[in-house]
Amino acid sequence: MALDAKIPAGPLESKWTNYRSTVKLVSPANKRKLDVIVVGTGLAGASAAASLAELGYNVKVFCYQDSARRAHSIAAQGGINAAKNYRNDGDSIYRLFYDTIKGGDYRAREANVYRLAEASVSIIDQCVAQGVPFAREYGGLLDNRSFGGVQVSRTFYARGQTGQQLLIGAYQALERQVGLKNATLYTRHEMLEVVIKDGKSAGIIVRDLVTGEIQRHGAHAVVLATGGYGNVFFLSTNAMGCNTTAIWRAYKKGAYFGNPCFTQIHPTCLPQHGDYQSKLTLMSESLRNDGRVWVPKAKGEKRKAADIPESERDYYLERKYPSFGNLVPRDIASRAAKEVCDEGRGVGSTGLAVYLDFADAIKRLGQDVVSARYGNLFEMYDKITGEDPYTSPMMIYPAVHYTMGGLWVDYNLMTTIPGLYATGECNFSDHGANRLGASALMQGLADGYFVLPYTIGEYLSGEILSGKIDTNSEAFVAAEEAVKSRLSFFTNNKGNKSVDYFHKQLGKVMWDDCGMARSKESLTRAATEIAKIKEAFWKEVRVPGTDKEFNQELEKAGRVADFIELGMLMVQDALSREESCGGHFRTEYQTPEGEAMRRDDQYMFVSAYEFKGDDTAAQLHKEELKYEVVHPTQRSYK
Amino acid sequence: MQLTLKVWRQKNRDDKGGFETYQLGNVDHHASFLEMFDVLNDQLINEGKEPVAFDHDCREGICGACSMVINGRPHGPLKATTTCQLHMRHFKDGDTITVEPWRAKGFPVLRDLVTDRTAFDRIIEAGGFVSVNTGQAPDANSILIEKEKSDLAFEAAACIGCGACVAACKNSSAMLFVGAKVSHLALLPQGEPERSLRVLKMVAQMEAESFGSCTNTLACEAECPKGISVTNIARLNREYLWAGLTSGK
Repeated sequence: MALDAKIPAGPLESKWTNYRSTVKLVSPANKRKLDVIVVGTGLAGASAAASLAELGYNVKVFCYQDSARRAHSIAAQGGINAAKNYRNDGDSIYRLFYDTIKGGDYRAREANVYRLAEASVSIIDQCVAQGVPFAREYGGLLDNRSFGGVQVSRTFYARGQTGQQLLIGAYQALERQVGLKNATLYTRHEMLEVVIKDGKSAGIIVRDLVTGEIQRHGAHAVVLATGGYGNVFFLSTNAMGCNTTAIWRAYKKGAYFGNPCFTQIHPTCLPQHGDYQSKLTLMSESLRNDGRVWVPKAKGEKRKAADIPESERDYYLERKYPSFGNLVPRDIASRAAKEVCDEGRGVGSTGLAVYLDFADAIKRLGQDVVSARYGNLFEMYDKITGEDPYTSPMMIYPAVHYTMGGLWVDYNLMTTIPGLYATGECNFSDHGANRLGASALMQGLADGYFVLPYTIGEYLSGEILSGKIDTNSEAFVAAEEAVKSRLSFFTNNKGNKSVDYFHKQLGKVMWDDCGMARSKESLTRAATEIAKIKEAFWKEVRVPGTDKEFNQELEKAGRVADFIELGMLMVQDALSREESCGGHFRTEYQTPEGEAMRRDDQYMFVSAYEFKGDDTAAQLHKEELKYEVVHPTQRSYK
Repeated sequence: MQLTLKVWRQKNRDDKGGFETYQLGNVDHHASFLEMFDVLNDQLINEGKEPVAFDHDCREGICGACSMVINGRPHGPLKATTTCQLHMRHFKDGDTITVEPWRAKGFPVLRDLVTDRTAFDRIIEAGGFVSVNTGQAPDANSILIEKEKSDLAFEAAACIGCGACVAACKNSSAMLFVGAKVSHLALLPQGEPERSLRVLKMVAQMEAESFGSCTNTLACEAECPKGISVTNIARLNREYLWAGLTSGK
């Protein structure tokens, strides 16, 4: 199938306006006849579900958590970008668009990103109207800050809890629709299969996680808003339950997967400290504004930080990038930390950490000022590590944070399966090969509040005469059977190893060989290793209990089975993309200074993979990226 | 460190349930309380037993999923700390630790340490929102809000909906949770038009979910992992009284 992104004709600035003026509409009377399923209640899912229910569609919403308010959008700290230009500092929709395209290292679609920048303006209005308590100035107006190294202050924030406040806004909008009976919410329900009938999406199969009951739900359109797949690395900043199952099931039913290897590794996270560790915690990037990053010059240094004299410290970011110093972009800071640790100069008990030192800042500004700026982060650090960053430097290390890849979608946010949509982090569309800070919240809410409610009508206007979806059809029966047989395989398998055992193995391979730096050699090794893990998993995994009860091990088993397969696709993609760009760094393709080397002449395309069978490599389709407005250049931060 | 764990085990909603005792060795004092439970569960699985079910997700203290009563205290001994942010260095080698689920009529146990907290969702559904459809909003800066009020609203809105306040209260009162949401929206001009209706509906739903009245013991504030202030309960009472007197409902 040829990929058609369905980008509207016309100049960039008027594509979305013209689209909205001409897109097919569904009348209120007909909306009542149409059912829409939304999977996931993070920013993208809750905002879409609330907005579609407000429009009059019958909406069913599903999440695996016990409440819609717990989706992992809640953990986002820093803020949300919007081109409001409230600071009079020269911001505009074009600048936000340009920064996002450039930040993505020229691997995102111009038309999508421009629309995102346009929608950003309305998001802030909507959230404020809902009562989201953004930071304000004494005059009563909204405050902004700068973020992620851009030159304007366009980030709106609510202390270090912006994601929480935005999600609660969307959650409350959704609960309001539930109360009005426009939407039905199914919490503790996990989607395990998508149902395709006559080549179109017809519904989903879900498991009630409390009773174990398998249910069929039909709908004229299905929206996946199920977040990122960073947990393929086992350790990440994602929540424990974040998984790839929904989009992986869709992929195996025919939806193409876009840029699977594009992963964002965030530089300032708490390092790993033991093999019992379950997740990594992000410390806001803002710490690099005043903290200095360093490691000892000598390998295997055993002295405490305070005992290492200035002359024996290597402030490697300041040394390598004199003009940006500690404020280089995320991908560069992360790779540099890995490099010094690989050289044996890392610190802490594992040697996989670098210092983030505030001693100079405290000397220069005083402890009060440092505390006013970063007090809550210092407290959080102390709580987790038991160490006081005022007296000894923080230890940090990069961690997997966000996945730019996801289901391939066209301009309408529709996957290659008609009637199946993907929004938010689970699609591939807006961030190219690297996401800028404070842009994830923007994209989730843009998709849910302001894009999907328009674009879904284009498809649903053709479904008005379809009538109720029959969930007794052969397609539903077969999908349900497949789900049931997989579940009963797990509970009946007489293995002797826990699900986590395999997940940790997979995570280690992915991190070591398909993580911050990748090479043909490491990726080839990873492919072999993952194949071994897959074989062992299906033979040796043990899942206690039955599938007819609340069973968290069973939930994990299905997710890890899918992560293993996704890992293989990520490796395939990373192997085939013989260039470095954004978060994808192939060691063979770097400039003489060790920076990422894009190869625009050969790789300026989106990789979209088609599932071809469990034992066959996926088929690569290319969507060429055409830059009509922006001119790609090589990034430099020297 | 070596620990003795007394953990509440309950097969399902209808099961009577009871404590089981487990020995756990080699617990790293840097591990979080939930990571200690991961190790316990791994041990149980390897022994062919069923692991302990418990709610958890973000493990960074913001999603509100984790919910253990540790030695009689919701989220354990540390102030303003969720279970997931509690670390084993606050316990001693040889300690016996008792772990139970939230105990409240409004939060029935589903399995082991997992409870059903959908009552909170239904209270929000009853009125914890501003009625504004997507697209209806005026320009964000057309609404001026005093910084102090906005900050107060934020502090109330920082509630993570974990239910520790209910678990801490002898009456299983949900008034801190409801007070926080009523305050968040009552303090902002956006919440003004529905101010009376909101508090009446939310309180009615709170009572329908069989949460009790405030005991004035302040246990909720003491155990709240986000330090939500009981002044929100006072505001809830004022809002409720005023709404009752003026709305004619």
